[in-house]
Formats: sequence, C-alpha cells, structure tokens
Amino acid sequence: MNTNSIFSTDGTGRFGPYGGQFVPETLMPCLQELERTWDAARQDPAFKTELASLLADYSGRPTPLYRAQRLEKHCGDAARIYLKREDLNHTGAHKINNCLGQILLAKRMGKSRIVAETGAGQHGVATATVCALVGLECTVYMGEVDMKRQAPNVRRMHLMGAAVIPVTSGARTLKDASSEAIRDWVTHVATTHYIIGSVVGPHPYPAMVRDFQAVIGTEARQQILAKEDRLPDAVIACVGGGSNAIGIFSGFVADEVALYGVEAGGSQAGSSAALSLGEPGVLHGSFSYLLQTQDGQVIPAHSVAAGLDYPGVGPEHSHLKDTGRVCYDSVNDDEALTAFADLSRLEGIIPALESSHALAYCRRILSQPTAVAPWRKKPGMKKPLVIVNLSGRGDKDMAQTGEDDS
Amino acid sequence: MSTPPLGRLTQLTARLRSEGVKPLVPFLTAGYPDEDTFNGVLAAVAQAGCPLVEIGIPFSDPVADGPVIQASSQRVLQQGMTLARTLELAAAAERDHGLGVVLMGYLNPVLKMGPAEFAAACGQARVDGVIIPDLPPEEARGLRALLAQQGTDLVDLVAPTTDPDRLRQNAAAAAGFLYLVSTNGVTGSGTNTADNLSAYIKNVRQITDLPLYVGFGISTPEQAAQVATNADGVIVGSALIKLISRTGDTSVAAAANFLGQMVQALNSVKGSSR
Repeated sequence: MNTNSIFSTDGTGRFGPYGGQFVPETLMPCLQELERTWDAARQDPAFKTELASLLADYSGRPTPLYRAQRLEKHCGDAARIYLKREDLNHTGAHKINNCLGQILLAKRMGKSRIVAETGAGQHGVATATVCALVGLECTVYMGEVDMKRQAPNVRRMHLMGAAVIPVTSGARTLKDASSEAIRDWVTHVATTHYIIGSVVGPHPYPAMVRDFQAVIGTEARQQILAKEDRLPDAVIACVGGGSNAIGIFSGFVADEVALYGVEAGGSQAGSSAALSLGEPGVLHGSFSYLLQTQDGQVIPAHSVAAGLDYPGVGPEHSHLKDTGRVCYDSVNDDEALTAFADLSRLEGIIPALESSHALAYCRRILSQPTAVAPWRKKPGMKKPLVIVNLSGRGDKDMAQTGEDDS
Repeated sequence: MSTPPLGRLTQLTARLRSEGVKPLVPFLTAGYPDEDTFNGVLAAVAQAGCPLVEIGIPFSDPVADGPVIQASSQRVLQQGMTLARTLELAAAAERDHGLGVVLMGYLNPVLKMGPAEFAAACGQARVDGVIIPDLPPEEARGLRALLAQQGTDLVDLVAPTTDPDRLRQNAAAAAGFLYLVSTNGVTGSGTNTADNLSAYIKNVRQITDLPLYVGFGISTPEQAAQVATNADGVIVGSALIKLISRTGDTSVAAAANFLGQMVQALNSVKGSSR
C-alpha cells in the first residue's frame, strides 16, 4: 500500500509517515493556535512550575514504584516485578497527568468551555475534575453502552458538575463519543477547548499528550535506578489509544530495554487490536493503524475494557511498531479478567480492566520459553527486572466483573 | 510534468458564471434511501434545472456531518453501498441525466482504494470535482495532483475561522469553486445570521476570484435567495435528505417540489455577484 507518498512530508506532526492533521477546515486555525500555545508554554518556566506543583500537591505525584512479591511468586519467580502505581493518582488513573496540562493551556487560550470524550470514564472523570479545579464549564461525551458499564464514573462526573451526554450513534462506545466530541468542538470552536484523552487525534495532540504523560516514564526510570541500581529489562503497558504506554515508554525508549504494548484481543465478538490486526488509515484526525473493512469503513472495536475499546491507536505507536522498537501483542478478555482477580487477591490492589491486560501479558511472557524474550537470559543476569504500568484502579469495573450485585 | 488542462469543474462553474446562472447544488447520499428512489431523485434534480449534483460517499464516522446525513450514510452502508458502487452511480448521473458530479467523502475509503486508483476511477466516471472534508490543503497536495491528471478538481473548503492569510494560501491552489462553510458546525446545523453570512462572503470575495458556493444549514428558498445575492452557488443537503427518507415515488415527488422552489428562488436573484 502506497498511500503515504500522497501526503505532504514536511515533517510537522509526523512519526515516520503517521500522524498529520486530517480535520475539517474549521478546526485548522484552532489546531495552529493550540500548537503555538503549547510551544510557548513548554518553554515558560512559570508554566512548568505551575504544572509540577499541581502534579505533586493535587494529584499526589510521584506515584510509587511498588515491588509485587506475591505476584512474582505467582509468576514462577521468573522475574522481579514492579508496578508503577498510576492508580494512586488523584481520580485513580494516569489520565489526570494530561488533563492538568491541557487545562492550563485552555486557560492560556482564554477558553471558557471544555469538551472531552471518554470510554471507561477515567478520562471523563479527570476532565471533570480539572474543570472543577479551575472553574470551567465541562461537557463529556460518552457512549451509551459505556455509561451503563461504567456507571460509577458517570456519577462522579455529575457530582463534579460536568454534563455527561450519552452518545447513541454507531457502536455507542469510545469511537462514537470521540466523533461526537469533535462535532461539538467544530460547533463551539471559538469558546471551547477539546481535551483529547490519549495520544490520538490531529497534531499537536499526540506529541503534546505524550509530553504530559512522560512524567510516568521519567519517575519510573529514577525509581528503578534508586531501588535496583539498574534499568529494567522489560516494560509492559496496555494500549488503547496508548497514552499510558507512551508515557512510561518515553523513559526507556532510548535505552536497551524491551518494551511491550498490550492491546485488547477482546473475544469472539471482535477485538480492539488496531496494531496487531489493522491497517494504516485515517480516523479522528490522524493517519495510523486502524481496524477497517476492505472498503475503508471503520470496524467497531470490542473489549471488556471500555478504555481500550477503540479501533484506532496513537500514530507514534504505529511508527514504533513499524520500526520494531516496541513489541505489540494482545491478550483477550478472559486473560484480562483472570489477571484482574489475581492481582486483587495476591496484592490487595484492584487494577483497572485496562491495566489488567498488561498484567496478563506479564504473566504470559514470564511463562514462555526464553527464546521469545531473549532479555530473560542475558549473560550474567540474576533475575530479570520487569515494570508493569498499572495505569488505573479497578473499582469502576466491579459491575463488569460480577463483583457488584447492584 | 506538463500542466494539466483546466479541470472539468473549473470549466463548468466558469460557464455557469458567464451565463449568469447561480446553481442550486443538491447533495444526495449515494444510493439513499434505496437505489431506485435515488435515481428518481437524480432525475428530479436534472428536471429542476440543476446543472450539478453532489453525491456523498458514505463513511462510518462522518465527523463533519450532523445527524441527518450521518443516519443516511449508516443506512446505505447497511444496504451494502461501497465507494466503487458510488463511482458507478456518479458515472450514471452524468451519462443518464447530463449532470455534473461532485463527489463528497471522507479520506479513509479513498486511501483504502488507493489514491491513484481513486483518481483514475474519477476520470473514468467523468467526476468533475471531489470534496474531502477531512483533508485540509496542507495534506492535499498529492491527491490534488493525481485528480488533476484526470481532469477532476479537488474542491477546498473555507470556514468562518479561516483567516485572510490562510484563505489567500488555500485559494492559491484551489480550483472549481470554493466551498464556503456557512457557519461553525456540522451539516444541517443552523446557519449564521444573514448579515454575518453576507459579510463573510464579501470578505472572501475580496481575496479570491474563485466561484463561491455556500453550504451547511441552508434549508429554505428564502435562505437560498438571500445567500445567492452574494454567492455564486448554493449547496443544500440535510434539508433534502430529510424529505426522502421513505423509499418510492412520494419521496421523489417531495424532492421535485422542494428543488423546484429552491431553483425558482435562486433564479429570482439577478445578475452576477462579482
């Protein structure tokens, strides 16, 4: 397929051939304004100080890097396993890192209103939270299916003053919520900033959201060096849009560390594994791997984890796949549900169903022959070191997993 | 590479302008509500005196469209409509009804078919112009050149948010007509106030000599006439699609009636707006 060559390749907002700005004309000036604002802010010490203090005092960073020894035993003592506890952020997931950054940019641009899409509700909650924090009006689009399966998060958003608008088009999940958020944005572009929740969408979002999430990788790197005096052998994260993964990978991508991105393999009903099963295409503003039919229609995604239930993926992941720097694979709903129950019982930590995909993959890779993961038998190595990004907490998932009778 | 000859849409809109005709351009989702009714409505379009029709390539995720066109796309996709079949319907519109055709569709189905293959098919079907709302000029150079080799113009959009510098830049590469999005929003949403809209059209006119066709949210003959006092053409989509949701002759008759009123309103606007 030779579609890449038809695009301009001046390098703006590109990861290899991926990324770009595929949006209606109405939004182009607004993306350029966002890019200018972000470029100025990132070089402004006052912005950095304000964001750092919010991350520390409001969200509780740095989040711990915790060694899960009962999980290690469960995985045959094949490695030392550390969990990067993004679930301990305020609001219970890594999403707040990005929202705090973007809400400061919205203020700089003088916007009075925020829109967002949400799947699992974690990004919606984080957006409602930062809007309450600075006193901006907040509207969150959420698929009707997701509102049902993530009801506690809908209640949290309401409590913080956000309007949650049910989306009834298409598969009624994250993809359709994203389309509806874009339509709202086009209509209210003068007053409204769109806080995209992942490393997806048109430039500058993928790079900007990555930079806001890079704090995960920066901390994890310092923490593992402090505890073990060396870098990990492998880092594992789940990938829907891919923001928690890009965030933790960014701390290790320049080093000799194996990186694994775990997509949702779903069930027989379908999957959300854009990188494993899709082909490059354009959805929601960027060129990236995409689940699509032979006629270029987007295939609705399927996953037990609402936050991974998206047929596309961030463009930087597409590039990291093509270059081979990151290994992408998938685990199915059942494996994720098992990992969810295991971590709860073994460590007293209830992980989000999204993060449970990374946990399931950790167990899988440690039980496979070392040929699959050559880093497991580096010469002179005592025991491999693995970090799993625990991107969020699982209280929201109780109804999904049958633990909640209400 | 030699300069391709003038595109078919450029020639058509220039001729209309020289004749003092301000055309109504109806938008129809390909094969909606079914192919028979679609063909009946196409005949009504030609009969009403419209020289040009816009045919929508359905897409699963049409972010620039409001609920009416979204639902029409969803429905024809369920009925098996494809890009390849849409191109056949476009060819038939030209062959059977003598209509100029502008295809409107999102980028991904075009990419999946392959840009060169899509351009060749547009040439084969004698498609006059192509509108891709999620392909801004910055990303459009490659496809524009492929289409130009086939005599098909890539149509650019202008929005109320487009500032004069950007407009100048965009207009430099544009051909056929400029599609003025009447208001910030999706198709079928409310229009700008008449005063705002006419000021907006006049501002664009100061920067470019390209024909200006206005669309998004125009639903009545009065609005159409109002817009045409400053514009060169008027595009109507959602209001027409709403009328033809049922299959069969009732929809064709409703469309014919509506198109007749709209065209009459436009014909009452005399003279050139330049």
